[in-house]
Amino acid sequence: MNMRKLLYSIGVPVLLLFSFAGFAQDKIITGRVTDSIGNGIANVSITVKEAPARGTTSASDGRFSISVPANATALVFSSVGYAYREVPISGTTVNVSLQSTASDLNTVVVIGYGTVRKKDLTGSVATVSAKDFQKGVITTPEQLIAGKVAGVSITPNNGAPGSGSTIRIRGGSSLNASNDPLIVIDGMPLTNSDVAGVANALALLNPNDIASFSILKDASATAIYGSRASNGVILITTKKGVAGKPKFSFTTQVSAGMLAKKFPVLNTTQFRNLVNTYGNANQKALLGSANTDWQDEIYQTAISTDNNISVTGSYKQLPYRLSLGYLHQTGILKTGYLNRISPSLNLNPTLLDNHLKIDFSARASFSKSRFANEDAVWGANQFDPTQPVYSKSNRYGGYWERLDPLNTLTGLAALSPKNPVGLLNQKNDIGYANRLITNANIDYKLHFFPDLHAIVNAGYDYSRGHGNVVWDDSAASVYRSYTTPGTTIVHSGSRTQYKKDLKNWFGNFYFNYTKSIDAKNRVEAMAGIEYQDYLTINYGFNELAGDTAIVKRPKNLIDKPEYRIFSYLARVNYSFNNMLYITGSFRRDASSRFAPDFRWSNYPSGAIAWSISELPGLKNSKALNLLKLRFGYGVTGQQEGIDLYDYISYYDLSDVKAQYQFGNNFYQMYRPGGYYYNRKWEQTATTNLGVDYGFFNNRFSGSVEVYYRKTSDLLNRITQPAFTNFANTIIANVGNMENKGVEFTTNVTPIKSRNLTWDLSFNATYNENKVTKLDINGLPNYINQVAGIGGLGGVIANAVGYPRGSFFVFKQVYDKSTGRPIENLYEDQNRDGLINNSDLILFKSSIPKWFFGFSTNLNYKKWSAAFTMRANVGNYMYNNVATNGAISKFLFSSYLANQSNDVLNTYFEGQGYFYQSNYYVQNASFLKMDNVNLGYNMGRISRNVNLRLTASAQNVFTITKYKGLDPEISGGIDNNGYPRPRTITIGAGLDF
Amino acid sequence: MKQNILFISFVSVLASVSFTSCNKMLDLKPTNGVTVDVAYSTPLGYKQGFAKMYGAFALTGNQGGAGLPDISTTVIDEGNSDFLRMFWNVQELSTDEAIDNASWNGNTDAGLHDFHNMNWGAGNPMLEGLYVRSAYQILLANELIRQIGRLDERGIKGASADSIRAYIPEARFLRAFQYWVLMDCFGNPSFATEKDAVGSIMPPQKKRAELFTYIESELKDIENTLPAPRTNEYGRADKAAAWALLARMYLNAQVYTGAPRYNDAVTYAKKVIDAGYSLETNYNWLFLNDNYKCKNEFIFTINYDGQYSQNYGGTNYIVWAGSASDVGVNTVGVTGWGGNRTTKNLPNLFPDISGTADKRANFFKGSRNIEIVDRVADGYIVTKFKNLNRDGSLGYQLKDLGVGIDMPLFRLGEQYLIYAEAVLRGATNGDAATALNYVNLLRTRAYGSTSGNISSTQLTLDFLLDERGRELYWECHRRTDLVRFNKFTTSAYLWPWKGNVPNGTGVESFRNLYPLPSLEVSANKNLVQNPGY
Repeated sequence: MNMRKLLYSIGVPVLLLFSFAGFAQDKIITGRVTDSIGNGIANVSITVKEAPARGTTSASDGRFSISVPANATALVFSSVGYAYREVPISGTTVNVSLQSTASDLNTVVVIGYGTVRKKDLTGSVATVSAKDFQKGVITTPEQLIAGKVAGVSITPNNGAPGSGSTIRIRGGSSLNASNDPLIVIDGMPLTNSDVAGVANALALLNPNDIASFSILKDASATAIYGSRASNGVILITTKKGVAGKPKFSFTTQVSAGMLAKKFPVLNTTQFRNLVNTYGNANQKALLGSANTDWQDEIYQTAISTDNNISVTGSYKQLPYRLSLGYLHQTGILKTGYLNRISPSLNLNPTLLDNHLKIDFSARASFSKSRFANEDAVWGANQFDPTQPVYSKSNRYGGYWERLDPLNTLTGLAALSPKNPVGLLNQKNDIGYANRLITNANIDYKLHFFPDLHAIVNAGYDYSRGHGNVVWDDSAASVYRSYTTPGTTIVHSGSRTQYKKDLKNWFGNFYFNYTKSIDAKNRVEAMAGIEYQDYLTINYGFNELAGDTAIVKRPKNLIDKPEYRIFSYLARVNYSFNNMLYITGSFRRDASSRFAPDFRWSNYPSGAIAWSISELPGLKNSKALNLLKLRFGYGVTGQQEGIDLYDYISYYDLSDVKAQYQFGNNFYQMYRPGGYYYNRKWEQTATTNLGVDYGFFNNRFSGSVEVYYRKTSDLLNRITQPAFTNFANTIIANVGNMENKGVEFTTNVTPIKSRNLTWDLSFNATYNENKVTKLDINGLPNYINQVAGIGGLGGVIANAVGYPRGSFFVFKQVYDKSTGRPIENLYEDQNRDGLINNSDLILFKSSIPKWFFGFSTNLNYKKWSAAFTMRANVGNYMYNNVATNGAISKFLFSSYLANQSNDVLNTYFEGQGYFYQSNYYVQNASFLKMDNVNLGYNMGRISRNVNLRLTASAQNVFTITKYKGLDPEISGGIDNNGYPRPRTITIGAGLDF
Repeated sequence: MKQNILFISFVSVLASVSFTSCNKMLDLKPTNGVTVDVAYSTPLGYKQGFAKMYGAFALTGNQGGAGLPDISTTVIDEGNSDFLRMFWNVQELSTDEAIDNASWNGNTDAGLHDFHNMNWGAGNPMLEGLYVRSAYQILLANELIRQIGRLDERGIKGASADSIRAYIPEARFLRAFQYWVLMDCFGNPSFATEKDAVGSIMPPQKKRAELFTYIESELKDIENTLPAPRTNEYGRADKAAAWALLARMYLNAQVYTGAPRYNDAVTYAKKVIDAGYSLETNYNWLFLNDNYKCKNEFIFTINYDGQYSQNYGGTNYIVWAGSASDVGVNTVGVTGWGGNRTTKNLPNLFPDISGTADKRANFFKGSRNIEIVDRVADGYIVTKFKNLNRDGSLGYQLKDLGVGIDMPLFRLGEQYLIYAEAVLRGATNGDAATALNYVNLLRTRAYGSTSGNISSTQLTLDFLLDERGRELYWECHRRTDLVRFNKFTTSAYLWPWKGNVPNGTGVESFRNLYPLPSLEVSANKNLVQNPGY
């Protein structure tokens, strides 16, 4: 059965049903929606009870106007974060007050394959809606919720425009497989693949189109996503069309980003002193007379704008939302930018007498990026500060470069860093990415059996990324670096291009049955099938020199890696008297990544919840509003991070540049690939115990959760003994790991009055990660070095009994009198008189033990102020910038280089294994103020126009002991990364 | 009711259809990969598999330069994972002939500094890499032999099948050579042959003396089936290659097995010497970009090419790492990485460092001290290998790559020295006059006249060790030689920074053997670590 055809055949005719429509005699009702203290609430959805397709939303001051059929009896008010309410229509004015707390129990929460009232939840699900998002210029959706949810850490990868983040939910459950959570947009799971031509695939989703996030953390919530759910699931719900007259909303922001802090390198005076003290005569002679701060030369104040306009309303019977975003983000590293145009369309009709409900969305994104050459970051730290930017000669584009007269080929000192300004200006790296995500969710309530819904959700995610990288012919980095084969013709410059398509299909079909058996017993059940197909198309291109001579041909002109997942899924919820809730779910997945014998796997879960506050004696208590116990257990799986086909051996013919010569002939080589037939799914079992609480009219509310997650059959890259496989390492199911932790969330509203409200929210997470088995034999002291710096296996290892990603280093010995570390003098752990790999120790980890998030909002009349702070505690970082602060890294035979000013702390020569010292493993705990903002709601400035003004600052300050530039770097090794800017933003929003 | 039945049947049909068809839809194949039966469906496919077996010597992956590596970068980065680069490091850097730049290449040295300091442990990435690389080539040889056994069922018959079957003795030679590397460096490695299908067994350990017997029997067995000397394609093994390896093994048999085999060494060296080889007239031509012209002296080579067979190891590494920018492109053909140099012991073997008398002296001094005061910069540059042609023109020029010098694993000069040493060590089937003559043939070439010739009284074992230094330096012999002379770990012979002290010191005798890599020991429970580690 071709699933694509099936989806077409169902989807297309349904979409054609829109045109049946017509209005009866209408009347207009106006009114205002306010919260419990009388402030207007914006964006409340208001629909007619008898005709859900008729609707509108409230303006920013809470006012609304809706046209209703003559026979309408009631209006329905709903909004994320507020209680749902039905109000009878009497006359033409309806004023309504909604109960307004985030912890309101009637709030509808999006969960896997459905929604549930918050009070019915049995699993660990956190929600963040638009009003709690991080503010400022946010170009990629996940950053909206950084620091907002206990157990979720979101680490921005770097400061480049549009750059993504590393997201970890409850510490990550895998070693070599992916630790990224599954991201689902409007029911459609996304691929983890990168889109070419843009810094980050998620940056192709406009954050302004997002209504809310649900984060599924424990297995009773995630197991319905089965094999992709071990690292948690993030459900993104986009803004929907709301019926009624067209309402426009326009927001604009202008921001200025600047370098928050410079890399700590030697200044010119210090540099001269060092060269004059330690250099030989030749090296001293290399000093120049200029005084250049290279960091000043490559960074800039980055002006960016973000503009969004949306309209929502209905065309005849068809509610719609249209939006258009235009982002222009400039990088603080000169030359870099991201331009993004992102139109989106949502259609949300209800047809066939409310039996057929359709949510259709199409969101597109067209981006153009220029990627600033990030080598300049390292280059600016390294380049000789006594030299000028320009050479007053035309060679190498006019940029001053270190010359070497003995180098007759290029005239350049071969290994010298290149002029960082030249690195930026002479490399033109332009990428384009287009993405279209379309999705239709069709919910049909059966005419002959209305308790049963048949639901089809189908989507297609298409992207094409392509780009060109052009180096100037005069650029020193590529100067005369190619020779035409068989000749002595030398070429400069370089032109490369790339193109990659992603075509991802998704479709599911399930039944949902809901039945209230009597006043107390309620059952909800669903069951269905799902199919996912992830196809990538990589195109190969010739690599050209600047004069278009071909210098390298692609190995393959086209390659189409693909994987598919097929699933059965089911879930049953039972509730008794709004007090006792039981959930069971089951999913059975098959993935093309595994051999037929190991393809299928089952993912069950179960959970139970008991609302103590519903007990007769407590039900109407004013002090205690909520006390609920939850317990859940479930199994989830993992199949990301492994090769697509390698359960059998495939032979690969080598590139024409990799041939072997017999006699006068060259032969391409057939290489057998490594394989592992017995590989199966990695499984994680999670136990979760939670308590939800709410006191004093829910002005003090929150939850506490305790979890234990055990991952077994870890997909782990292990050594294959010699002669047993064509690859010497392969990903096999070997090893166990556990995570245990506590999460604490609390929301407090200390002040709540007509003019003044003050909200606080705080979350804390403690997570302890431990590897418990790593090899087949279960050796207790097994250590697997995983990440090194350069080609060395050292500095980070996974070891039994220690957290994933522990540092693996020598223990430094210090000079007692000066306090300085003594180069290459380490503790001899095994007392054998030698310092070698047997003396390495496991020392700290890059993974924090504690995460904290703190947000507060203060509203006074038309003013609002808020900030968000985050802290990580217990994490360490290998400072690989400081490792270059050693004397020999400054002085070379034909050139000089600047380096970290840490040389003034160590005076290391830079010999031997000095960099494997735990001196370089530094405490990277931090407290950051991510965001502070101020808003003023001017209200109605003319008849139908509301105006809001905002100002905000991002990356406001960081308090840390860490000696490098920024303590927050994913992976535990601090190389010279693109620094994160400090950004100041002003914005305005108009509703009309 | 009727609707309900219709509905239920619809759902059941949908579910069952989807189950059977989707199961089939989950069988996917890569766009550009082929299965073993497709790869080996033609004679060309066999030759390409055969090329991989040999090419695992000269390339580190399937892309050229670096990319698509054979060996996982979790063991060693691809540039370091080349056979010759690793073998050169373990054979040369641990000796008087070479010293690393203590801060060279920043953080990507993969355990390089341990060798000259003589403080390597079982976790040294370079040792792990060499073990894996040698075992990988053996595995490819085993696999090729197995696939040749299936020619009939693939319908390849007649002459083309016969020419493919002729690959088998060459595969066995390569396998024997790599087992020799493992035996020489690691002593007691794990072991498998073509009879052990991939993944079918946990390979057992083979003790050094048993491995010696195995290699010897293999080489003697294929001695008859390999092509006659100098009749095979350049780069492929022939009878002389097998003899040359046997001669080298017999010379070192005392070390490997505890029992001397000097008569056998003479026998097999003589077979090579009598096979029609002759010394190249100019010693320095042997290590140039166009040294493929030296087929008269070369017995078995690893073939590199500046354009088509390139990686960051091989002779490319020897030249780039061994040179520095002040040497000059016109002298060595590359700008150099400023890595390896030599201790004073090697230049001091020669009458002068400029090559005026003994033309084998290829050194560059620049502003360097001959004494290693500064471990980053001091010590002379060795310019023996050059990316230049005989006519002085530059070899292929490519940034950090491009060197196409072929590496002689066996050449006639070594066989002369094996003969001479075996005779001096008591072989009864050779004679001293011939031994002296062979040594003087090398010296006559070196001096361009007989002025450097020695007399029979000068021909001592100590002289021969020095002569091997002069003739074979930087050709991956030194560690084996020093072990055989019991000078590798003892304080009988010192060189600067031996044992990580400025003037050199003796180290523990267990360091005559390298440790089995710890990754291998933990993955294969049949392995017992070498003593001392």
